[in-house]
Formats: sequence, C-alpha cells, structure tokens
Amino acid sequence: MSGVKLVRQIAARPETVFEAITTQEGLAHWFGPDAGPVLVAEINLRIGGSFKVRFRMLDDSEHECSGKIVELEPPTRLATTWQWLGREAEGYSRVEYLLRATAQGTELIFTHTQLPDEEAARDHERGWNGAFDKLERYTNHAPTTR
Amino acid sequence: MVNNQLSLDRVFGALGSPVRRAILTQLQSGDGRSVSDLAAPLGMKLPAMLKHLDVLETARLITRKKAGRTMYVTVAPTPMIEASQWLQRYERFWSRSLDKLVAYAERQETKKARK
Repeated sequence: MSGVKLVRQIAARPETVFEAITTQEGLAHWFGPDAGPVLVAEINLRIGGSFKVRFRMLDDSEHECSGKIVELEPPTRLATTWQWLGREAEGYSRVEYLLRATAQGTELIFTHTQLPDEEAARDHERGWNGAFDKLERYTNHAPTTR
Repeated sequence: MVNNQLSLDRVFGALGSPVRRAILTQLQSGDGRSVSDLAAPLGMKLPAMLKHLDVLETARLITRKKAGRTMYVTVAPTPMIEASQWLQRYERFWSRSLDKLVAYAERQETKKARK
C-alpha cells in the first residue's frame, strides 16, 4: 500500500490539537500547503458525517478536498476518506490522525494511505502516457524467459 | 506474457529487496547487461536471478530484450521517478499543512493557558 506517514510533536494537549483538526475554525487556520487562504471549511463531526475544505494557493490555483468521517474517538483518533474535487476517478484514499498525550503535549501520527496507483494517476498526469506507451510496446515485444 | 496492471505497490514492493536494488544499481550505467553478467557479481544462480528480474519487470523498472541467444536487461527509470514524485507531492502538501497545524495548535494552547 502506498502512502505518506508524518509524525509531529506538538506543545499542546491532544484536546487542543483535536479541536484544530475537527472544527471549521481550526481547519480554516492551517489547511493548505502555503500561506494562501482557506475559502471553505465544513465538517459534520460524527461517523458518516462529511467534511469539505477548499483553499487557494499563492499561485491562485484553488483546490477542494472532501470525504466522510469513518473513525472518531475524541481526542485521540480521526479517520476520514479523502478525495480531490475534479479527480473523482481516482477513488477515495484514507487520511488518519492519531493523537497521543506525551509529557510535552501531543504526538501526532498522520497517515494518508490507499493513495491512487499509477493506473489512476496516469489518466491525469501529463507526461505519463507517452512514457508508458513506449514501455508497453517495448515489453509487448520483448520475449520472456519463462 | 504482457504485464497487467502497473501499480505503485509493485514499484515499492520491487524496491523493497536489497538484491533487486543491487541489480538496479548495476544497471544504472544505462547500457544493457546480460543476465549472467548481472548474476555473477551478486553470487547468484540464474534461476534466482530470473525470479528477481521477473519482479522488476512486472513493476516495469527494467525491460528485457533478446539478442541472439543472450537476454539483455536495461533499466527503465520512468516509473521509479514518477512513483516517488507522486508520493512526494502528497508528502509536501501534508508536511507543510501539518507544520501550520502545529503552529496553530500551539498558539491555541497558549491562549487557553492565559485564560
């Protein structure tokens, strides 16, 4: 399974971190990879409830992701499904936040798993098709050793 | 046999083995190498080598081509690069977002402490 795992030590209690990831106000303050603004932050905090975050990046591009809450154990665990608007063909991946109280505050273990494989990616990514067509032709013509 | 679905899992699975990474390292010079040429420095017997090459080929990290009676193996770097770029993009997105989350949560904690 391909995915991303990140760990952060935070000088704040798990309750505070949990609020930051599960409230509209919290999400609006940190979501997005640069200093661009969060335009929409919605979350219906219950199992099966949905969330949506739309943000603008400094290059003016806008991105929106959404999903449903699949695991909810305040203040230690939140797991959601995940999808980018406009890339529904890739299906849902899974995002999970695990919070553990530590002497300093909180250890956050974040994972984004079940990311779309290359089959889905190449439908979207420019530059893929040419390379893979070439490989496909090559492998089709190469004799096997079996 | 034609390879079927290509997935990141296969690429990472293939890269998980030290022997297969060693094979790829040998291939990095770019020129095709024969199978026995590859097997010798690794002290491997041909059947074991062929199994590893199967895994690498399924992940499309290498291609094989026959010239006369000799099978030549060449590295196909594209999937490896694309796979890591694909994941790097997600990693960058989350890493920067989480840094902001950390800063925000710590600010909130300080505010709470002041109350």
